[in-house]
Order: sequence, then C-alpha cells, then structure tokens
Amino acid sequence: MPVRVKRTRPNRNLATPFAILGLLSAVLAGAPARAERLIVSVSNHRVTVTPNYSGGELVLFGSVEKDATAPPGRGSYDLVVTVSGPRADMVTRRKERRFGIWINTDSRQFLQVPGYLALFANRPFDEIASAEVQRRQQLGLNNVLLMQRVGPDFADVVPNDAFRSAFVRLRSEHGLYREATSAVTFLTPTLFRTGIPLPAEVPIGIYTVEIKLFSDGALVTKTETAFEIVKVGFEQFVATTARQDGLIYGLVTAFMALMTGWMASIVFRKD
Amino acid sequence: MQLYLPIADIPVNVFLILAMGAAVGFVSGMFGIGGGFLMTPLLIFIGIAPAVAVASVASHIAASSFSGAISYWRRRAIDPLLAAVLLTGGTIGTAMGVWTFTYLRSLGQLDLMIALSYVILLSTVGGLMFWEGLRAMLRVRRGGAVMLRKPGSHGWIHGLPLKMRFKRSKIYLSVIPVVVVGLVIGFIGAIMGIGGGFILVPLMIYLLRVPTATVIGTSMVLTLVTMVFATMLHAMTNHLVDAVLALILMIGGVTGAQFGARAGQKIRGEHLRLLLGLLVLAVGIRFAIELVIQPQDLFSIRESGGGGPP
Repeated sequence: MPVRVKRTRPNRNLATPFAILGLLSAVLAGAPARAERLIVSVSNHRVTVTPNYSGGELVLFGSVEKDATAPPGRGSYDLVVTVSGPRADMVTRRKERRFGIWINTDSRQFLQVPGYLALFANRPFDEIASAEVQRRQQLGLNNVLLMQRVGPDFADVVPNDAFRSAFVRLRSEHGLYREATSAVTFLTPTLFRTGIPLPAEVPIGIYTVEIKLFSDGALVTKTETAFEIVKVGFEQFVATTARQDGLIYGLVTAFMALMTGWMASIVFRKD
Repeated sequence: MQLYLPIADIPVNVFLILAMGAAVGFVSGMFGIGGGFLMTPLLIFIGIAPAVAVASVASHIAASSFSGAISYWRRRAIDPLLAAVLLTGGTIGTAMGVWTFTYLRSLGQLDLMIALSYVILLSTVGGLMFWEGLRAMLRVRRGGAVMLRKPGSHGWIHGLPLKMRFKRSKIYLSVIPVVVVGLVIGFIGAIMGIGGGFILVPLMIYLLRVPTATVIGTSMVLTLVTMVFATMLHAMTNHLVDAVLALILMIGGVTGAQFGARAGQKIRGEHLRLLLGLLVLAVGIRFAIELVIQPQDLFSIRESGGGGPP
C-alpha cells in the first residue's frame, strides 16, 4: 500500500503573493518591452459543438510586431501559449484495499481548476527559460497553479504529489489537459501559428488563450484572447432543461416512457 | 452512428445501445422480468457513470413494465387492490431510496454502494433461484410431485393484524407485510436502478402466497409506478436522467421483449428458473470480481458541486 507523503509548500503559491509577483514581473518585463507587440487571432471565436461532434481543432495565428525601439540584437523569440477552459471544483479520489475490496478512501479537492488546459511552445520549456522563470510564468503542466484544499490550507503542491500527478494524468488521458513543446511553429521569424485540439468531451464555456513571448529566457510581452465553446442542437437543449427544469424534464421523460410502452403494446399486440 | 448523450456526457454508438436494449429486452421478455439488473451493469461496463445509468434505466423499466402491464390488464391478471397496497410502501421506499442515493453521492461512495448491493443482492437471489430450480428439476426427473405451496400452512405472516381481503387474488392477508415488501422493492429499485421484479415475484409467491395468476401482472404495476416515480425524483434532485439514452434503450428493449416472450414459452418453468438464477448469479459475481481485483487506476476525478455528471 503506497504511503502518501504530503509535501506541501505552503505560502509558495498562495494566491495573493502570487498575484503581486505576477503583476510585478509584468511591470518589470513590460517596461522596456514596449518594443514588441503580439498580434494574435484564433480561427474561430465561437465553436459550436453538435451532437455528433467528435473533436476538432482551432488554429491560433499571430505575429510579433517590432518597432524601431526593439533591440536589434534580439533575433530569436520563444512563444508559450496557454489555453484554459471554464473553471470548476473537482475531487480526485484514491481507492485503497479495505476489508478485501477496493473502495475510495482518500480524496483531494481541486478548487476552480480549468476544465481544459493546454500548454504549447515552440521548444522545450527548459530551453526557453530557467526553472525559476518557468515556475513564475507557469510554463508547463508541472508549473501551472492548481489550487487545492490541503488540510486547512489552500495551496498547490509539488508536481510529483500523488494526487496532483494523478489528476493531471487522468485529465491528459481524456485529452483535456495537454502539453506540447513543439506545437507552436514559427512560419517566419515573427509569424507563428499553433493548433488547439479540442476533444469530443470538451467542456462548454469561455476559454482564455494567453500568449507569452520570451527572448533570451525572459518574458518580453504577453497578450490574451478568448473563444467560446457552445453546444447547440437538441442534446444541449436536453442538458439545459435537465439542469434547470428538473420537474418538467422528469415529467416529459416519464411520459415518453409510458408512450413507448403503450406503442409497443399496440404494435406487438397478438390478438 | 455516434450519438452524444447529453447527460451521460459521452459519445456512444447508437446501434450498440439499441442492441443492448434488445438483448436485455429479450431476456426480460423470456423470464417476465424488467431486466434492470442486467441493463444497469451493462451501461456501467460501457463507461456510463453508475449514477447516470441507475437514473436512466429507471425510465427504461417504466416503459417495458407499462407495455407488460397493459397486456396483463387485458387478461385481467392484475389485482388492483393488492397493487395499491404494495404501492403505498413502494412510493415511500422509492423516495427514501432516491434520498439515500443523493446522500451517498455527496459522500463519494455511491459507486461502491451500487456495486456492493449488486454483489450481495444478486448473488443471494441468484443462488437461491438456481438452487430452487435445480431441486425442482431433480424432483421432476425423479417423478415426484412438484409442491410449490404447502396447502394449509400458515406462517407468522398470517398472524399479523390489519387483515384485508384481496378479491382478485383470492387471499386474505395483513397489509403490513405487503407494505413492507413494496417499501423494500422501492428502496432498492431507486438505489440500484432495477425494477425489482426478480425479487418481488418470489417474495409475493413464497412470502405473501399470492396465486401465480396475478403475481406477474401485479408486480408489473408496482414496478411501473415506482420506476415512474424514481424517474421523476432522479430528474428533480440529481438531474441525472439521460432521456436520449433512455429512449434508445426503450426502443431496443420493448422490441427484444416480444421475441423473448415467445422464446420463453418454449422452455419449461424449472429450466427457466435455473437459467434466470444462473444469469443473476453471473452478474453478481461479475461485480464481486470488479471489487476484489485491483482496479486499473486507483484514482478517479469527479466534478464536485453543481449539477453536472458525477
């Protein structure tokens, strides 16, 4: 039986200090970097998912605009794209053998974590920036902040924590969490594109796309865009009704059941 | 043809679900049972969340028992008074079952409870049926008389107060055991997603001594009403009834049941009981194995809070 060693790093990633840190780094990085500007667009800002939707792909295009103040020596850029879907609370449970059977024993609550999370880059994160910058800029699934309730504390834990890695692994198996360090392609030194794959069970809602430009291991500038995934058609109507008007939905379903049964007794009536 | 199930939140093959509905329908028609105890596990095995499977199968059973109840009504094989008394218990039991279901779901132990109750209930009932069928078969082979009902024997059941005369069934019985039987069936039906016909029928025959002529029809009325009620409650409290899934199952189920009923008439009664016992036992063992062997993945994720699928 695996013994869980809780190795939390309290305060390391608490929301407030982190936000200040982020703001600070943005200001610091942003000040001299007015020279570059990111212009991006996704191929479709509103993706409609129909009942027979079996996955698809969005394309993100963009270019790095340089003005005269850009340092001339700065040649190569690195790009990291983070796509995060609608957030929700989730629980990861672990089964253990008790009395000879496998039952859920331990659990960990993940608070307001993205339902879809994808990180794309043009080369491995280790080559883009130092470990410190990777952590600060949340580059890679290991560095993205996944807030959890750990005892009385709210914190993220080390990447190899059993629950955190199981959570990321399970989400990845469904194509909902992914990391690809060769997904961003520079068509010219300043023009880039990347695909955003969306699996069949993609959650509906607003998706934010954050694009960060790095050069020589430091953040140069960043920008954000968004797209929306909406489910359309009969199935979405059914799902919405089931959630909002449970009584009517139940009545209709029950009536449907009775009608089907009645029809069957007429169709197959022997006498 | 792939179809996206709105509540179960997964794409499934329509023909697979139709075929499953038809296969279970065939079995249910053959044995004169609802087939929920086969349908729910099958849905769980193809990847539908147990909670959604249980809630959706309730409406599927409502459909199949309604078509059954209509034909039994035509043959005057339903005891309305007995059905009404059973229903008093059944309704309370169903409400308690749905409430327990919601509570267990919030604890994160719903899947375990569903699996455990399947193991316990199905292995017990399946084992008993199999044993009884085997003994009856041996008796027939030896040429002895088949005695299902000992005439004149009165158990403790018949000593209970509040007696009532059930005219169509020609029995004089206390309402207490009838209500309790209804309550138990309603409760396990709501938690396990079964109509409970395969437990109710033996209970009515051996415990309440209801004559076989009215047993199946009356049990179908109880199944029908408790399952309609369970559908409503599951839809209102847990929002887990997948109407699209249920509709496909119903269409497959009612069609399969017709052919099953024809096949069932060609098989001898004790053979039928033996087969049904084996089937019930097999599903129970399947669940037991699932619980005992180490799962492929020890971890699972569920969305907490909100209405979505568990």
